[in-house]
Amino acid sequence: MRQRIIAALGITVLAATSLTACGDDTGAGGSGSSGDKITIGIKYDQPGLGLKEGSNYTGLDVDVAKYVAKEMGFEEGNIEFKEAPSPQRETLLGNGQVKMIFATYSITDSRKEKVSFAGPYLVAGQDLLVKADETSITGPETLNGKKLCSVTGSTSAQKVADQFAKTVQLQKYDTYSKCVEALASGAIDAVTTDNTILAGYAAQAANAGKFKVVGKTFSTERYGVGLKKGDTETCTKVNDALKKMIDSGEWQKAVDKNLGPAGLKLDPATNPAKTFETCA
Amino acid sequence: MDVISEFFSEYDGLGAFRQTIYLTLVSALLALVIGTVVAVMRVSPIRVLQLIGTAYVNIVRNTPLTLVIVFCNLGLFLQLGISLADQNSPTSIDDNNFRLAVLGLSVYHAAFVAEAIRSGVNTVPLGQAEAARAIGLPFLKTLRYVVLPQAFRGAIAPLGNVLIALTKNSTVASVIGVTEASAVMKVMMENRPDVIFVVFGIFAVGFVILTLPVGILFTSLSKRLAVKR
Repeated sequence: MRQRIIAALGITVLAATSLTACGDDTGAGGSGSSGDKITIGIKYDQPGLGLKEGSNYTGLDVDVAKYVAKEMGFEEGNIEFKEAPSPQRETLLGNGQVKMIFATYSITDSRKEKVSFAGPYLVAGQDLLVKADETSITGPETLNGKKLCSVTGSTSAQKVADQFAKTVQLQKYDTYSKCVEALASGAIDAVTTDNTILAGYAAQAANAGKFKVVGKTFSTERYGVGLKKGDTETCTKVNDALKKMIDSGEWQKAVDKNLGPAGLKLDPATNPAKTFETCA
Repeated sequence: MDVISEFFSEYDGLGAFRQTIYLTLVSALLALVIGTVVAVMRVSPIRVLQLIGTAYVNIVRNTPLTLVIVFCNLGLFLQLGISLADQNSPTSIDDNNFRLAVLGLSVYHAAFVAEAIRSGVNTVPLGQAEAARAIGLPFLKTLRYVVLPQAFRGAIAPLGNVLIALTKNSTVASVIGVTEASAVMKVMMENRPDVIFVVFGIFAVGFVILTLPVGILFTSLSKRLAVKR
């Protein structure tokens, strides 16, 4: 019996130490800028923004990340991409597992408590995706009594239900692709999240011509570059690189290449971004 | 620590845990019924029933629960159009998802319940069944009056384990949009990434509060109700 108790305690201690290792803020992993390689967090599952296909990474987030990294002195071969799922982004930055995050990361005040932001490199907005022949849904306020899909935890579905359509029914899945599947089958009437993400799904080869983005955004999502809290050095570099990218026309090219096929029209009043986050 | 008051006021955390409890209890009852039937099939003298019971347990037990739950929604509902709620009611999505989740959870856990009961049957000495046969009871009556009452008393501890597992596994229902505890946790994490570990802690404690008493209750029950031999 005593042996068993000791073994159990040992395992508990092991588990506890590995946990603290994860939560360590001053870990050695944060040496990205001094080494040869840089680790950048992106999404792996969002067509048009950040998508992993085999060993290739495509999308606007990826192209902007590559440009910024190049300006900072990292050749393409020295960039290591790492998946940064939404709930893990703050942790990945905090313990230095990634240097920067380009992953549809909207700048918000509560996020600024934990991380710093450079950018924004794109200003998107929450919108609706509907079937191509849908005419009755023209904006979030027309969703009363309709069925709306989003992922669990998404802020856009919360916003529609709270502010625009009180009697909307919400279907929540763990991924947007399930929402798109349900929309195709007719079980739900609309999908909501950022227009950039929706456009990416609408433009996928398997969905071509089936869906359309309504085009009436009801929020402003400023996609920033996530950085470790207080990393002003990188922040300044990223802002300079983004400014250069926009001025040189490379930014417009990247947007046209990645979001053009989806027919997405970015709001010209806010894109490209004229003012960046101050690096303090 | 304002996040703790937010948990109660803004996010209706208690309502979420109530939904978890409701989901667990309904699924547990249904799983007990299905599981008992499957266990009876496995110990029955009819070869075909034995095979069906064994196949059910082995197939369901070795399929990931997430797959079962997602199949209930994407497969049964979206593809085959089998709906468990009135599609015109104003809460059809929530009702339908809840019932599909109950279906998935109970079908999945029935396999474990069946094995728990079968282990209970194995605690009943063979002489009991032989004595029942000797006084002329047919198979079902032997089960009903002699074997199963003793088997359930022997199976209380493993059944308690299944109930605890079911409580925790009910979080998988969030993948098809049932608003139970883990779904509310995801919403809170999205809105308050600055206190992500506190949020996680609140829900972890919530589940311990749910499962710990169940464990203690079933352990004491298994001791008090065990057949003294």
